[in-house]
Amino acid sequence: MIHAATKGAEASGDSPLATDKAGDPILELRDISLSFGGVAAIKDVSFDILEGEIRAIIGPNGAGKSSILNVISGFYVPQEGRIVYRGARRPSLKPYQVARQGIARTFQSIALFEGMSVLDNVMTGRINHMRSGLLSQALWRGRAEREEVENRKFCEGIIDFLEIQHIRKTRVAQLPYGLKKRVELARALASEPKLLLLDEPMAGMSVEEKEDMCRFILYVNDEIGTTIALIEHDMGVVMDLSDRVVVMDYGRKIGDGSPDEIRNNQAVIDAYLGVVHD
Amino acid sequence: MFYREAGDIKTSYVDDGQTFPIRLDRQLYFSALIVAWGVIPFLVDDYWANAVLLPFLIYAIAAIGLNILVGYCGQVSLGTGGFMAVGAYAVYKLMTAMPEVNILIHVFLAGGITALVGVLFGLPSLRIKGFYLAVATLAAQFFLVWLFNRVPWFYNYSASGQITAPERTIFGVVVTGANSETWATYLVCLFFVTLAALIARNLTRGAIGRQWMAIRDMDIAAEIIGVNPLSAKLGAFAVSSFFIGVSGALFFAVYLGAVEVGEVFGINKSFLVLFMIIIGGLGSILGSFAGAAFLVLLPVLLKNVLVGGLNWPTDLAAHLEFMIVGALIVIFLVAEPHGIAQLWRLAKEKLRLWPFPH
Ligand SMILES: Nc1ncnc2c1ncn2[C@@H]1O[C@H](COP(=O)(O)OP(=O)(O)OP(=O)(O)O)[C@@H](O)[C@H]1O
Ligand SMILES: [Mg+2]
Repeated sequence: MIHAATKGAEASGDSPLATDKAGDPILELRDISLSFGGVAAIKDVSFDILEGEIRAIIGPNGAGKSSILNVISGFYVPQEGRIVYRGARRPSLKPYQVARQGIARTFQSIALFEGMSVLDNVMTGRINHMRSGLLSQALWRGRAEREEVENRKFCEGIIDFLEIQHIRKTRVAQLPYGLKKRVELARALASEPKLLLLDEPMAGMSVEEKEDMCRFILYVNDEIGTTIALIEHDMGVVMDLSDRVVVMDYGRKIGDGSPDEIRNNQAVIDAYLGVVHD
Repeated sequence: MFYREAGDIKTSYVDDGQTFPIRLDRQLYFSALIVAWGVIPFLVDDYWANAVLLPFLIYAIAAIGLNILVGYCGQVSLGTGGFMAVGAYAVYKLMTAMPEVNILIHVFLAGGITALVGVLFGLPSLRIKGFYLAVATLAAQFFLVWLFNRVPWFYNYSASGQITAPERTIFGVVVTGANSETWATYLVCLFFVTLAALIARNLTRGAIGRQWMAIRDMDIAAEIIGVNPLSAKLGAFAVSSFFIGVSGALFFAVYLGAVEVGEVFGINKSFLVLFMIIIGGLGSILGSFAGAAFLVLLPVLLKNVLVGGLNWPTDLAAHLEFMIVGALIVIFLVAEPHGIAQLWRLAKEKLRLWPFPH
């Protein structure tokens, strides 16, 4: 049965669900519960994300998917449960501290710096790779200038890869939706994350834009080796991209397994067909 | 004689990141520097220095400081007058306590002290934003003025309650007090404004500036990418207050010579500097200069034309000034929040494409 499988996270190397490319768990959620006032957004959810895989999180609207990402990135503090990151229990951290541990993300509703250029947005993603002090930056000498050039080169690489060279000096506020999504991905990639969280990266995109985005996500996973957790509503995309899928409904995990297993899981089918809950 | 970037190809990221990427801009900038440093000191007279040049330079420093906080980091402040007062009283205490130390060093130290005070009053920004933060800084404004009025230690127990700058020299030339040399006071202010502009430009084009702007545009996303809001916001308060403190110190020691705190550094000053950056352009160093120049020149111009030329009564001209400034604030806030600096950019954009607009 699918549920039993995640409990064996400790023995992850030979977990039956692990695909060929996946390694040890990079992140484990254990018995996470989160509620807002009386509203329970996440109820006792456990699952893991393995190094090198693409892990999809799916479920109907309001199922608690974004809340899960918010817990991982330190926005929401769960009332119960713990998070194990790269083998060690993670204390409760502020979002910027989570970022420093190598976790980057994009948002369901775009969260770019609208008044800044595309390049500056992407460069902001390099923040944890820039160490020069106030004085050095004030004088624009030595380390500050060197770091600026080095990191600019790195960002130009990402800008080339995501094919947004032509807009690098454009203010983000002037961009269409599809390009903004791409810039947000660029900013997240600029931080060289070990774990990349994508909240509906393809929502509201045209077919071609979706295809581009899929291509980028696969490349990042295959070639750069970044572990990815993504939320997506388009089942075709989920089945194509992901190695393993978590299914959420009403704050609970109702399925966990490979895309094929999920397709045939009765609880999942019920949730998506809108079977009345007790 | 064309304003073009064609043929001016950038071959390195250093070139691309420079302050004035277009050659003509660069030439304009260097010409301005040469005139300011090499020509004006020989021509300047008392009227021009006191009516226009000194206030322009000193307000430009304050406007750069406030622009870092409001325009770049998005933290509203109505405490500028209070922070200028901190700079003024700090330099006064330092000058009288350590008369042997060079006045330039005292001005720097006064900036440093104001930076510390700014960080202290910036602490609420970690919890509140926008309107509520504005009210908190307004409280700082009133508190600081009250403090300098009420605690005699700050004005060395002088009978009048005023502070008066003693005479100090740089390389033997008198720059403060009644006998100061006009050209020297001009050069002192020019020195600090040049430094402030360079530092502000460098900080805002690099990693720290991007953190400030990220906080301004979307603090949640800034935090998710790794910006520590505490250090970014307090850093902005510190740098901003440093410049405002320097400007307050110069306003007192070099420009006015004697100050009564409530009169000079009251809430009006906070609004004046805020108006400068709104009219000049939020988030622009050039705009800080433009706004300071505009609001310093406007009353001088109105006075010369209306009172001097058309024989209007003085108070009528003053009222007209209020109306013009008020109208401009509304127009800029509604139509062009990036101020004169943006109008200038748009004009250059047109010029770059001229004579083929498409
Ligand atoms: N900050 C919050 N305050 C109060 N309730 C919240 C908050 N965030 C989420 N919730 C509630 O938690 C539940 C789960 O929300 P969440 O955003 O995680 O769903 P989702 O699965 O991402 O849905 P969607 O597909 O619509 O994005 C919802 O009932 C939502 O109203
Ligand atoms: Mg969601």
